[in-house]
Amino acid sequence: MSAERAIDVKGLTKRFGAKTAVNGIDIAVPYGEVWGFLGPNGSGKTTTIRMLCGLLKPDAGSGTCLGFDLLRGGERIKREVGYMTQKFSFWEDLSIRENLEFVGRMYELGDYRTPVDATIARLGLERRQHQLAGELSGGWKQRLALAACMLHQPRLLLLDEPTAGVDPKARRDFWDEIHRLSGAGLTVLVSTHYMDEAERCDRIVYISLGNIVARGTVANVIAQSGLFTFIVEGEGARRPAQKLRGANGVEFVSFFGAALHVSGRDRAALERALEPYRGDAGIAIHEAVPSLEDVFIQLQDEGAAA
Amino acid sequence: MSERFSWPRIAAVIRKEAVQMRRDRLTLAMIVGVPLMQLFLFGFAINVNPKHLPTAVSIDDPGPLADSVVAALENSSYFEIVKATNSPEVARRLLDEGRVSFVVEIPQNFSRDLVRGLKPSILVEADATDPAASANATGALQAILDSALRDDLVGPLAARAIQAPSYSLVLHPLYNPESITQYNVVPGLLAVILTMSMVLMTCLALTRERERGTYENLLAMPVTPVELMIGKIAPNIVVGAVQSALVLCVARYVFGVPMIGSLALLAAALLLFIVANLAVGYTFSTVAENQLQAMQMTMFFLLPAILLSGFAFPFRGMPVWAQWIGEILPSTHFLRVVRGILLKGNGALEIWPDIWPLVLFLFVAGGIALLRFRRTLD
Repeated sequence: MSAERAIDVKGLTKRFGAKTAVNGIDIAVPYGEVWGFLGPNGSGKTTTIRMLCGLLKPDAGSGTCLGFDLLRGGERIKREVGYMTQKFSFWEDLSIRENLEFVGRMYELGDYRTPVDATIARLGLERRQHQLAGELSGGWKQRLALAACMLHQPRLLLLDEPTAGVDPKARRDFWDEIHRLSGAGLTVLVSTHYMDEAERCDRIVYISLGNIVARGTVANVIAQSGLFTFIVEGEGARRPAQKLRGANGVEFVSFFGAALHVSGRDRAALERALEPYRGDAGIAIHEAVPSLEDVFIQLQDEGAAA
Repeated sequence: MSERFSWPRIAAVIRKEAVQMRRDRLTLAMIVGVPLMQLFLFGFAINVNPKHLPTAVSIDDPGPLADSVVAALENSSYFEIVKATNSPEVARRLLDEGRVSFVVEIPQNFSRDLVRGLKPSILVEADATDPAASANATGALQAILDSALRDDLVGPLAARAIQAPSYSLVLHPLYNPESITQYNVVPGLLAVILTMSMVLMTCLALTRERERGTYENLLAMPVTPVELMIGKIAPNIVVGAVQSALVLCVARYVFGVPMIGSLALLAAALLLFIVANLAVGYTFSTVAENQLQAMQMTMFFLLPAILLSGFAFPFRGMPVWAQWIGEILPSTHFLRVVRGILLKGNGALEIWPDIWPLVLFLFVAGGIALLRFRRTLD
């Protein structure tokens, strides 16, 4: 049993028919850290999370989750893991309080009323506690879901795209809560598509077509990418986009508001491609540290090409 | 004006519906399956003039005329002698248990008395719980006996044959002497109503969770399949109990159905029957991928449960294959139990032959549900 890692798995593999959804991935998350799990749709994030919390049986691989064997300790793992599904999965025809009390009873929390009362108070939902969960807005549903999977005080939180479809303010509040919980010793693995959320994580893992293609801190991942990015700004910045897309040395071009990010791994070729536009009126070109998004677009393009 | 009638739009909708229908394989199966099932059930299984009805004869007469009677009964297509005994009690017991539809009792000295011109009687007891099932056979009885005895009364006895009836036929339609159809139909409805509503209550139990996405959440919690099944089934027992009470009250006070047997025994049998049907519904919900499929499976179960149970048509009028299917269904057995308790006053001993199949059914259905239930999303 590994005592120092909340998640410690090797060679985790899952096949659905002929398709390999997750192809032998290794993840080792130390206790108390917040890890981001990134990758395009269908890359295997949800499948991996489901294997970690015992909802899917791995076809190959082994490891531990909170020190319990992944293959044999399923029921123990379920008791100590909080899993928040991608889609809101609480009962819309139960009230907020009824949902929380049901969860409390399922985990056999002897005195479930105390944590339920505390949770409702913390969420500030005292006056709405008898409202049906289905009537809540997206942001409130997400807060309720997080509170419900924290009710049994898990040691590991697995969150599957928890902030999809949630407004920026609610997202920020959500992340403040994640960091507060992490500060209290909780380990968190969260999948997301948002770059700003990835940047809030201690470490990130990028998965594509079931394989881990990048991992480490955000700075690490950017450095490992070997990517160079030039930003084309100014009134006429959009004009060269079409031509640059086909140019030698330019791997991808993306719009960031009025600006254009032109990226590639061959810095000299990139400079050459941009040379014709340097003198143009209304265009300013300067080099910048590639953003995480630039790196991810590159990783995703590579994944698609593979 | 955008609300112009558009044929291409209609064509687009038709094409979309056709593609979706083609992808929904269970619906396709239903399109062929339901009409076929109805054709076979209605066409072959239903026979309102049942023949080969199981009959017990109790003969206490060593004379040759009794043998003639038995032979004539067997030769007629209506009666099939399944038991010959000399004890009227044994024969009556078979009638109580529903193993035979008729008991023909030929008393001591029948042959001698007939020869002497004493007009002995033949007692025929008929299970008249279902008046329709026994009516035709009963009607044919006199003619069968007449011709049997006429053939035997030859030579010096020919005079007996010419004389109008040389014996008397005493017919006892038991359990429902006035042949009131409601006495048979209303208790049967209890079986049908419970089958329908109980299977419907649970067939959506898991499919609803699956469609709403809450299933994943349930699985992520430390609940075991048995706990979930019991928890999902139990509340519906109350629903079944309320329905039973309702049906029985109406049966008693509106239709005046006699209630001879023990209501406590009936309550115990009802509980078993309700749980068996809930288990069927729950099993469907572990198999069905969505609510529509669950409803379709329920339809497939309800059709034979109503048509082959002996509710809609006399059970013994059905061909053997249909009877075999009927014997699998809980409604068939419960129908016999409820008619037996209410109309015949059957006790635990008499209904046991129809109780153990219900228990077996319950365990098989529950077992399949638990086998089908996955603790994971695989």
